[in-house]
Amino acid sequence: MLIPLSWLKDFVDIDIPAELLAEKLTVAGLEVDKIMYIGVPQTQQAHLHATFKQEVRYPKSDHLVWDREKLLWGAIREIKPHPNADRLVLALVDYGGAELEQCVTGAPNLFEFKGQGPLPEPLYTVIALEGAEVWDGHSDEPKRMILKEKPLRGIPNRSMVCSEKELGISDEHEGIMLFHADLGHKPGTPAQAVLGDIVFNIELTPNLARTFSIYGVAREVAALLDKPLHPPSYEVVMDGAPIDGQVFIDIREPELNPRFTLSLLRDITIKPSPDWMQRRLKLVGQRPINNIVDVTNYVTFEIGQPLHAFDYDKLVARAGGKAPTIITRLPEPGETLETLDEVKRSLDSHNILVCDTAGVLSMGGIIGGAETEISDTTTNVLLEAAAWQFINIRKTMSTQKVHTDAAARFSRGVHPSQAILGLKRGIELMRQLSDGKIAKGIIDDYPLPPETVRVALTTHEIDRIMGVRFSAEEAAALLRRGGFEVKVEGETMHVTAPDFRMDISSDPITGQADLIEEIARISGYAAIPNTIIADMMPDQQANPSLEREEQTRDLLVALGLRETISYRMTTPEREVQLVPPGMASSLPQADYVRLANPISAEKTVLRHTLFISLLENARANARYNERQQLFEIGNVYLKNGNAPLPDEPRKLGLLMTGKRGVSGWMHGEEGGEVNFFDLKGVIEGLLDGLHVRQVSYARAEHTSLHPGRSAQLLLDGQAAGVFGELHPLVGLAFGFEDVSVQIAELDLDAILKQADPLHGVEPLPLTPPVYQDIAFIVRETVTAAQAEAVIRKAGGALLKGVRLFDVYTGDPVPAGHKSLAYNLVYQTDERTLTDKEVAAVHAKIVKLCERELEAQLRA
Amino acid sequence: MLEQLETQYKQAAAALEQIAEGAGLAEWERETLGRSGWLTGMLRGVGQLPAEQRAAFGKRANEIKVALTQAYEAREKLIIEQDLARDLEEGQIDVTLPGRPRPTGGLHPSTQTLRQFYHIWGDMGFQVYRSRDVEDDDTNFTLLNIPPHHPARDMQDTFYTTEPNVILRTHTSPGQIRAMRELGEDGSKPIRVILPGMCYRYEQITPRSEIQFHQVEGLAIGRNIRMTDLKGTIAAFARRMFGADARVRFRASYFPFTEPSMEVDVECFLCHGDGCRVCKYSGWLEICGSGMVHPVVLRNGGYDPSVWSGFAFGFGPERMAMLMHGIEDIRYFWGNDLRFLEQF
Repeated sequence: MLIPLSWLKDFVDIDIPAELLAEKLTVAGLEVDKIMYIGVPQTQQAHLHATFKQEVRYPKSDHLVWDREKLLWGAIREIKPHPNADRLVLALVDYGGAELEQCVTGAPNLFEFKGQGPLPEPLYTVIALEGAEVWDGHSDEPKRMILKEKPLRGIPNRSMVCSEKELGISDEHEGIMLFHADLGHKPGTPAQAVLGDIVFNIELTPNLARTFSIYGVAREVAALLDKPLHPPSYEVVMDGAPIDGQVFIDIREPELNPRFTLSLLRDITIKPSPDWMQRRLKLVGQRPINNIVDVTNYVTFEIGQPLHAFDYDKLVARAGGKAPTIITRLPEPGETLETLDEVKRSLDSHNILVCDTAGVLSMGGIIGGAETEISDTTTNVLLEAAAWQFINIRKTMSTQKVHTDAAARFSRGVHPSQAILGLKRGIELMRQLSDGKIAKGIIDDYPLPPETVRVALTTHEIDRIMGVRFSAEEAAALLRRGGFEVKVEGETMHVTAPDFRMDISSDPITGQADLIEEIARISGYAAIPNTIIADMMPDQQANPSLEREEQTRDLLVALGLRETISYRMTTPEREVQLVPPGMASSLPQADYVRLANPISAEKTVLRHTLFISLLENARANARYNERQQLFEIGNVYLKNGNAPLPDEPRKLGLLMTGKRGVSGWMHGEEGGEVNFFDLKGVIEGLLDGLHVRQVSYARAEHTSLHPGRSAQLLLDGQAAGVFGELHPLVGLAFGFEDVSVQIAELDLDAILKQADPLHGVEPLPLTPPVYQDIAFIVRETVTAAQAEAVIRKAGGALLKGVRLFDVYTGDPVPAGHKSLAYNLVYQTDERTLTDKEVAAVHAKIVKLCERELEAQLRA
Repeated sequence: MLEQLETQYKQAAAALEQIAEGAGLAEWERETLGRSGWLTGMLRGVGQLPAEQRAAFGKRANEIKVALTQAYEAREKLIIEQDLARDLEEGQIDVTLPGRPRPTGGLHPSTQTLRQFYHIWGDMGFQVYRSRDVEDDDTNFTLLNIPPHHPARDMQDTFYTTEPNVILRTHTSPGQIRAMRELGEDGSKPIRVILPGMCYRYEQITPRSEIQFHQVEGLAIGRNIRMTDLKGTIAAFARRMFGADARVRFRASYFPFTEPSMEVDVECFLCHGDGCRVCKYSGWLEICGSGMVHPVVLRNGGYDPSVWSGFAFGFGPERMAMLMHGIEDIRYFWGNDLRFLEQF
């Protein structure tokens, strides 16, 4: 919202620099996002600091500061033709000097005055004298220039009448700025004093409906600076024939339209609105149209009450020449309306409408209809100021996709009390600008006035929430600055909220919070002391779920993996790529959590598996990194039958591809490509680090994985995830051709449940170990797990360690067989083992392996 | 014999002086002083000499043994020193060659920032409480004092699911309701938690806005928690996070679930308030929204708002990481480009 300081000053005296005011507003919740300067200089930090003892930060502005000596308010007295050029004229400008200054200009908006001799009424503009700095009007890029004397087609020329662009007001360079009145200043006055201004751009939070106008901001300023407020005039000169019998109102939905007021202005002339109003409208970003429409906009921006002007004669015509009846109601089925934005709308059942007996006129509080709008031939104006329920306006804005300045205000809440003020302010301004006559009387239908909000608040309650002890009178004084009526009774304040404070709740406890915020805001947040919490500390709780998750991350990082965090949104089509064509999916079969309003076709559901995230990350990275070792910890989302909320199990995903090591300048040190056992090594390292026991592995049947190189992780015999080499066809789908990708998705909740932070520690042995190696040949179908189990069984208590160090197939091992070689460690704490004892156990191992595994001892 | 002894002594002593490396020295030692060396042989042969010569020969031979042993040890020491000096001279490498790269892992920057929050808030007694991503409309909005069609719903564009009234949480605040109901024991226990988690908003993905981001929300509920405590607590956090002289500005703001509400700005830690690109030349960085828990929210959490009070605050870890590391594109976070991740 744009707030010109010059307009704000109509309502409140401001005696501090704009930058300091902006800081005060910002700290009070009206965030001044930007300060825009028109011609006037920025306040110096040092000055602010020295004068106001305030350290205020604001960005340095690079706007053009108008030279007070060389950029002056000027009166154009005459436009002469240029003797040598048709496209140029000579403007004779009174700039307060002894003689008129002659400027050569091509401004098209002066040509209509050419050769008329001295003008009966001068035109006003800004004249730049030689040496003035202005923006270059002919440059596309912002470029400053210093005005130099330069003859144009043989005529000496050293000054310039300026366009808005040259002064940095706007990009307008079609003609020079022209005013038809002196705006209260004599020629020669520094332009800064006439047109210089500062405009705040204020961002409004939803609770600040009351400040959605210049006057609304002025109320805040008055409260913050503790200054009196000067409201606009609501005096109306009514000297026309009475309104009685000229128009009727029929409100059928008081909940949606609690108030509707009308005033009639007759015999007007449509013409442009005066310079001062046009200038203000432009400062707040509005395009001036004509005196009637401009007033509706002006009042909307000034006091926040939107108005709507009808062409009264068109209403009379629709009523068959009789006095029209304005009906506010919900639409009949099938009703339509063409609105001012030239959209033909089919209306929804909740759209509150302004109608007459012939049909729909406008969408209440939002946008007018085309048929009854003000036109150049309008002579009688019926002005509407009404109140609308904000929730209903919001619904209509979203379903009809319409956004207007009126709707923006009504959708945040405008109190019905404002309607009559807006009507009076608007109709009187229209009268002044259009030479019309206002009909005596106002039609005011107000079926549903809101209750006045009264809240009782104690000083104890302020202290309880704020931690600051105010006296009742101090607190009351702060509230009164904001327009509240306060009656103090001991430690209790009986507060009546002003009607524009629709944000103050009538619910006692919420209303108290609303008032406490007001007291804190007006006294200033900076003035509230900082304390440490004196309240009792809650019971501390263990949080193993998080602690072990973080430990998991640390272990995986130590194992050399890098963490990713991915979008949780994907599409079923993307996840389908995880299944080789024609095969049944092993991925979760639950329904997806589907988005009703996806942001893109690429993100329509929440993921079922981390595989999709890992593989898409790996594919994106593959262009730059062949070697990738990634992990991700995150939820997947599985709909659970008819339960409205899905299950969100926590998964751990791992992905490894490329070389085992990192290549440096020494040759061949990166090792080979990672395979199944690298991935399994990471999983084992993680489970060891978490002290997870009862771990076993079994073949997996998972269609996304290579059938011969994939495994299931079992914890206590329960499945806790799958891992292995990606199925080559799936790899291909993600761009991994002839590159193996190792991938895992493990059930992190199950793993962490088994983690044992209280794991015991083996004492260090007191006796020396005896090492022996053993190698034997078994059939290939014998698994390492089976072999180790047999060795351990035979070895009994004396066998302390079994480590497989070689697996070999090929000559001289017979076909269909393999050789397994182990380091065995024998040890007991009771005594130092003798060779004989070791030999006996060793022989037992050999024997049992021969018997149970049909193993053949190697030489 | 004595003559022969003297001759061999002279020869051996002279030979020792010529020896320049360890192998020669060992050979000399073997041939001279060793078990089968000549001097040992001569000493062993003393018994065969006539009795009257034995004493003199023995004495002299022992003197020579001592002298040669000392000479040997001196030579040995010299050679070791020379060898070492040569080793040190010849063993130079190009120390500017890069080190052997180790395969290293690393944590995602969001995790690193989250952990900073966990540590700092943990030290202040705030424990982590996590809740679900897919939420019901009630918990995400209505119970937080944002009824349907409330203007505050405009502040957060929502992802809806095809299940009626089920949405992706737009903030971690629904965790406030869940924490109060779970930990509050019907509004009878104080609470001090932080609520980290992923949030989702229906927005265009641009360098400055994302559809998914973390929040870390904090909640303190007690019988005696005041706005002054909120200010003091946030200021203490800022000192931990940004340094002892971090300046903080509190300004009024609006969140439907707190009242009074405030935004917290910290003095830009890059320009120290002078104005720079990161703080958009304002000198301040907005780091946190906060406020006193709204009485309606307390009531919905099971607490009597006329007895209990509390404060809440919320941070954006990705935004914080962006400020601290000068990251200009929020899309880096879920892009998972290793060239980005490896910088952490």
